[in-house]
Amino acid sequence: MFDPKIIAFYCKWCTSAGADLAGTSRMTYKPNIVGIRVMCSSRVDPEHILDAFKNGADGVLIGGCHPGDCHYESGNYKTQKRITLLKKMINDLGIDKNRLRLEWISAAEGKRFAKVVDEFTDEVQKLGKLKI
Amino acid sequence: MAKPKVAFYWCASCGGCEEAVIDLAEDILTVTDAVDIVFWPVALDFKKKDVEAMQDNEIAVSFINGAIRTSEQEEMVNLLRKKSGLIIAFGSCAHIGGIPGLANFSNREEIFDYVYTKTPSTMNPAKTTPQTNTVVDGYELEIPEFYNTVKTLDQTIDVDYYLPGCAPPPDLIMNAVMAILKGELPEKGAVLAPDKSLCDTCPRNDSKPEKLMMKEIKRPHTVEMDPEKCFLAEGVICLGPATRSGCGERCINANMPCRGCFGPVKGVSDFGAKSLSAIASIMGIEGEENMTDEDIQKLVDQIPDPAGLFYMYSLPSSLLRRKVMT
Repeated sequence: MFDPKIIAFYCKWCTSAGADLAGTSRMTYKPNIVGIRVMCSSRVDPEHILDAFKNGADGVLIGGCHPGDCHYESGNYKTQKRITLLKKMINDLGIDKNRLRLEWISAAEGKRFAKVVDEFTDEVQKLGKLKI
Repeated sequence: MAKPKVAFYWCASCGGCEEAVIDLAEDILTVTDAVDIVFWPVALDFKKKDVEAMQDNEIAVSFINGAIRTSEQEEMVNLLRKKSGLIIAFGSCAHIGGIPGLANFSNREEIFDYVYTKTPSTMNPAKTTPQTNTVVDGYELEIPEFYNTVKTLDQTIDVDYYLPGCAPPPDLIMNAVMAILKGELPEKGAVLAPDKSLCDTCPRNDSKPEKLMMKEIKRPHTVEMDPEKCFLAEGVICLGPATRSGCGERCINANMPCRGCFGPVKGVSDFGAKSLSAIASIMGIEGEENMTDEDIQKLVDQIPDPAGLFYMYSLPSSLLRRKVMT
């Protein structure tokens, strides 16, 4: 079975705390994900995402705060617009848009974090290895 | 003392860069007073063998324009690299891939299929396409190989400096030539143009509102554009925020928005990603907290071809370099 490599960017305030909650609550989720904590999901430049794909990532997950909850007020709105446009662009560049996923996961949603990781891992597994 | 020797060469390009050298007008006399042009296929009758006969590093500087698309271009630039002290990537195509680099949205097979069989004026029932080696009456004919992917000059040979632009403007060319003659060049690998972004020098900068926002995206041919106002404030995508300055704002002054021929500002590795980021951030910024996923998708869909727009001049120099095709 193909073992996908997934790079994830978590915002410090919500998704990263959600990941910590999943860990401290001893929830299990698929181990294909490598998390990188950033201060805000809007810190993730489209350049970072393309760089991840170029360097062997089969999928990229961005986790931010729910709308209205951004620690910096409006960072996540910028992220959503960028990721929506970037999905369309990578699709035109031959990378399936479903290899890039944006999710809002709060600090209280450890269970949801584990579920998103499992779901996304399955999806990327179905898409197969990204050959660049 | 012998004058320094200079060469000009063209690869996958349109000839506009050669035109830019001629556009130096009477300044070209200053150049030819100071240097000997020893190779320039478009203008002078020197041959490849003349270059081969030279010592290594005998040419002081070679200005090479065009992207690298065929084995012939690759061979010539490798020869020039060996014979030249300095190599300058001249113009957008050599620098970041340019318009010929848009071929990287396709591949050799698709291009041959379209050009040699599907174009409306073509009759080619045998589906003959160029082959590198062909045997005719017992003789083997060889033509240069057409590569699958267009490359920039620095993906092919070591490049010392870059002169950006489609085509580079005369003042930047003269500045570069003078810097070389006086030995006042910056560190190797530098782009011989300002490090600021185009917005910084744009004559319309004063008309830019404090908070830039685009409620909707308008395409240049669908609106009458105010000749004095910032394009972005009018809803027309302009890549000025991500593009290096130094062009003389030629497009802006012709009332057309920037499309990024000067490439990214210093420190950016993917022009398309950076310009996408800049544009997406100011789209629908007013009331963004109330936008649904569908609203955002609708706004984004007003850009019909983001990859073609944001990588118009720079696909081969992007992180992915080409469309992923399996």
